[in-house]
Amino acid sequence: MIDNKEEKLLEPGIATPQVVPQPAMPDASEIILEVKNLTVSFGEEKVVDNLSFNLKKGENVAIMGPNGAGKTVLLKALLGILPYRGEIKWSVSAKISYVPQKILPEKNLPLSVEEFFRMKKAGKEQTKKALFSVGIMDERFLKKMIGTISSGQLQRVLVAWGLVGNPNVLLFDEPTAGIDIGGEETIFNLLNKIEKERNLSIILVTHDMSVVYGFADSVLCLNKKLICYGSPSEALGPDSLKKIYGEGVTFYKHEH
Amino acid sequence: MNTSYFISLITAVFIGGAAGYVGSLMATKKMSLVGDVLSHIALPGIGLGLLYGINISLGALASLVLGILLIWVLSLKTELSMESLVGVVFVLSLAVGFLITPREELLHSLFGNISAVAMPDAVVAIFISVIVFIAAKIIYSKMMLAYVSEDLALASGVKINKYNLIYLFLIAAVVAFGIKVGGTLLTSAMIIVPAAVARNVSKNMKQYSLLSIIVGVASAIAGFAVFPFLAARFGLSFNAIGPVIILASIVFFIVSLVFKNR
Repeated sequence: MIDNKEEKLLEPGIATPQVVPQPAMPDASEIILEVKNLTVSFGEEKVVDNLSFNLKKGENVAIMGPNGAGKTVLLKALLGILPYRGEIKWSVSAKISYVPQKILPEKNLPLSVEEFFRMKKAGKEQTKKALFSVGIMDERFLKKMIGTISSGQLQRVLVAWGLVGNPNVLLFDEPTAGIDIGGEETIFNLLNKIEKERNLSIILVTHDMSVVYGFADSVLCLNKKLICYGSPSEALGPDSLKKIYGEGVTFYKHEH
Repeated sequence: MNTSYFISLITAVFIGGAAGYVGSLMATKKMSLVGDVLSHIALPGIGLGLLYGINISLGALASLVLGILLIWVLSLKTELSMESLVGVVFVLSLAVGFLITPREELLHSLFGNISAVAMPDAVVAIFISVIVFIAAKIIYSKMMLAYVSEDLALASGVKINKYNLIYLFLIAAVVAFGIKVGGTLLTSAMIIVPAAVARNVSKNMKQYSLLSIIVGVASAIAGFAVFPFLAARFGLSFNAIGPVIILASIVFFIVSLVFKNR
């Protein structure tokens, strides 16, 4: 289920943890998630190693790191669907929802969009509202088979599905940045919009630097161990980038 | 003959409907393989039942439950896929079943012997069918969600392992009590074919599940309806009604292919 093939390519020992300047916290805003000494292992292998961080309410975090760095595994541990050691403490007020990386329903899977939402106990009106907030206005869309809609539409549908039940935390696994979700909009414009409308905390896994700078309040770089954590401009110095991706990575900061 | 014919028909209708409905939950290729071979795990139990004069449905059920638990435990303990584990237990059962089932009964075990259905069998079969139907309805949308995405299902609190086990037991129940109608070979057909028909033409889950039931029931009725003519023409014994039911379902399948390709 979890692809770790590329881990072999990484040199061991590169990922020495570093004392990272935490973003200043002047106000005692509510901590919604506390992670302490989190370790997830598959057999002998530690895929996430002794990770600790906090998340404030309303904060958007981008998790980045190379393939096989344990990003998806971290997300799944946070969801409680993978066994782990250490501590993951969600605040009582946290209502968590999950948008998976991608799903590939068979073309002829006999399941309509409306029925897919009903699986989350969403009635027709609630479904329409959720689809509306991701920009799907056409009511005929409800009757479409889930396997026949385009991947961009499917991405929207998954976000909408995640929004059902009004969560205040959205865990979002690697939305494909380049995907055409229709119109001018990218998935990140969409997330920005939703985040503003609903005041969500979004934790997302991404490779896209423009997303990290444009969207995230803080960034958590992961290569099994925590490499850096802080606001994007602080945390993503050339040193940490080297530590995550190796030498020779050049990166041009996008200004929005 | 008439009463017995009627009892057999009612049994076949209920088992056909329940088998069709449960079979429709094998919405993925992976699971339909599991269902296909699962029914054969009943064989050693049937053999023992025949040898020791126990009701073959009970023997089949015991054998299936043991086989399923074995598969389930192995799937949790090993990294092997459900399909390969079912495959291993399947060939084991087939071999053992073949060795212990009395020769003259082997054909009935494989292809069914509906004339052996007596009133108590029918009552139990109907009762089991209803229970299976209700249980399947309860787990239906959760199982479907797991087909769409296991992660989504897990994150929504669906205990996939638990539901898989319940599901396997439902199939076991249908197979055990459908065996007199269709034998092990043909019971698996009663589980698989209606769902395949429904899948060819359905646009949503409601149509799909409903059509699976309808095709299961209709195959049973059609089988019983045409059987007297076939029997008169080809001199078939009443035992052959199981295969005739399956052939009826295959006719539905062919029709569904025509609709699909339009």
